[in-house]
Amino acid sequence: MTDIYFNVAISGLLTGLIYGLSALGLSVIFGVIRIVNFAHGEIMVLGMFATLVLFRHLGIDPLYALPLVTVALFCFGYLLQDLVVRRVAHLADHFQFLLMAAVAVMLIAVCLMIFGPDAQGVNLPYAYDSFEVGPLIIDKVRLYAGVIALLGSAAMFAFFKYTDTGKAIRACGDNYTGALVVGLNVRHLFALTFAIGCACLGAAGAIMLLIVDVHPYLGPPYTLLAFIIVIVGGMGSLPGALLGGILIGVSEAMAGILLQPSLKSAFSFALLILVLLVRPQGLLGKVQR
Amino acid sequence: MKRLFEGVPAHGLVLLALFAAALVVAPFLVSNYILSVLIIVLYFAYIGQAWNLMLGFAGLLSLGHALFVGIGAYSSAALFIHFGIPPVIGVFAAIALSVLMGCLIGYLGFRFSIHGVYFALLTIAFAEFTLIMVDHTRWLGSTEGFFLPVSNRSSVDLINLRGTPVMFYYVILTMTALALALCRWLLNSKLGYYWQAIREDQQAAEASGVHLFKYKMIAVAISSGLTGIAGVFYAFYYNNLFPDATFGTNRSIEMILGTIVGGVGTLFGPIIGAFILTPLGEMLTGLTEGFRIDGIKQFFWGLCVALIVLFRPSGVWPWIASLLKLDRKPEDRSSGDRS
Repeated sequence: MTDIYFNVAISGLLTGLIYGLSALGLSVIFGVIRIVNFAHGEIMVLGMFATLVLFRHLGIDPLYALPLVTVALFCFGYLLQDLVVRRVAHLADHFQFLLMAAVAVMLIAVCLMIFGPDAQGVNLPYAYDSFEVGPLIIDKVRLYAGVIALLGSAAMFAFFKYTDTGKAIRACGDNYTGALVVGLNVRHLFALTFAIGCACLGAAGAIMLLIVDVHPYLGPPYTLLAFIIVIVGGMGSLPGALLGGILIGVSEAMAGILLQPSLKSAFSFALLILVLLVRPQGLLGKVQR
Repeated sequence: MKRLFEGVPAHGLVLLALFAAALVVAPFLVSNYILSVLIIVLYFAYIGQAWNLMLGFAGLLSLGHALFVGIGAYSSAALFIHFGIPPVIGVFAAIALSVLMGCLIGYLGFRFSIHGVYFALLTIAFAEFTLIMVDHTRWLGSTEGFFLPVSNRSSVDLINLRGTPVMFYYVILTMTALALALCRWLLNSKLGYYWQAIREDQQAAEASGVHLFKYKMIAVAISSGLTGIAGVFYAFYYNNLFPDATFGTNRSIEMILGTIVGGVGTLFGPIIGAFILTPLGEMLTGLTEGFRIDGIKQFFWGLCVALIVLFRPSGVWPWIASLLKLDRKPEDRSSGDRS
């Protein structure tokens, strides 16, 4: 009997890793540019649709499509920040929110115009394969997805920790004026940050398509989910986003079998309220000022 | 009464009187379709006014105001359906519950000094949480919806809020006018100055002796109470309530867009914003009907909003006000250029 709980917990953990990768995208953008990306889920859905198109028309397996989609969303993110979002950086929070919400509405509308309102998925030959480890049964697809999410996150950590560009981006986030003073090209670095955030979403979207069917209205729930994860983990903290993702993934899965599946997001919101009250900076976040 | 109009330039008063007169006689001049659009416009203008009280006056960003509409709608509808209590009495329950919920969020938020984006997300979290709870409450119709008995729409019954669209029009017009007067009065009262001090610089306000917690709580309480009343109107005008369509985050966003477009922190911003966005949506419906493509309307709608944000970053009203030379009042001007 406990096997079921273990199986569910592991599948929740693997899903949580994908959530974590997507939440990294939100966290990086907020941590550096200080903009809350309200179009987060919609951009991820864009990545899912891009993967779907590559699969449908060119027969590319989502796992091989992943690098292409990641690069495509990287470019999309760079242009979005440089052409549009940059212009509202100096405005009050609610204006940035309004612009991102408008972008989100347009993205949903574009997906709706091109792909229609129905849920669509990919049929993979290995969709129902699984590995048996002792008493545990692990979905092959989920395992691939989880491992890729982990690798993607590790690449992000390495980038921000060891490369010069990564360090420069962190410098912009820590001290905007200071970064300008030492001669960093802040405009380029901000666009790069947004691009990296969107690239995360592209990668997360491509692997998410392995386990979830995509439709245009999937965006807003994912946006909310990413907010919860990032706040639970700590806004601007990269390990926090990953930890939050795993926590939410596992607790959602457990709430799904212990309570009702439809109550699982209530559980996440309750967790969010609890964290905001007890530890508003998030589990791994730093207190600001 | 006199204080309400103090400092408004004479031609401003004339314009206001003309505008009010046009709205009063509108039902006799326009078609049923335009009247229904006007009702929605005024509904959003009213809610925008209530929401603006928090962000525009006291600097508190709420992205979950649909919560208060939902609480007002569901509580008055439940009293009406289950106990036969008319909305004239039910509205007090609606106000009480909305204020209670507002105070709970405010208390938790301000007590633990949660502000800015975090406070906004707390309001979303409460709204979504309540949405899921109502989804699972049989007594409130759960996901299948909660329906008020549809009455004949020819007689007018103000006690039970059943009647013709014209009656609903005058009800919401009165509500909007009263809300405008209330906000105008509040803004020029001591309370209003405390709020603006908090909005402009929280630390400076605290240092000069403004009790932050108390005045923020008052702002949330008044705003949530006013929004709760809108919920009663919503329930009895539409006669059907679905959790998703009442509490959803989309709803919260929809009801604040007008105010942001019109101009946050201004008295006429919510009204102008509602008069721009709702007809814009209706016009786009008309224009795009011929294409028969899903989503084209939403696309242009989003594009218009984005363009307004990019090119009129302090809202439309301050710009109109300066064109009409009405912008001599300092509080009507101060909102947009805040950083």
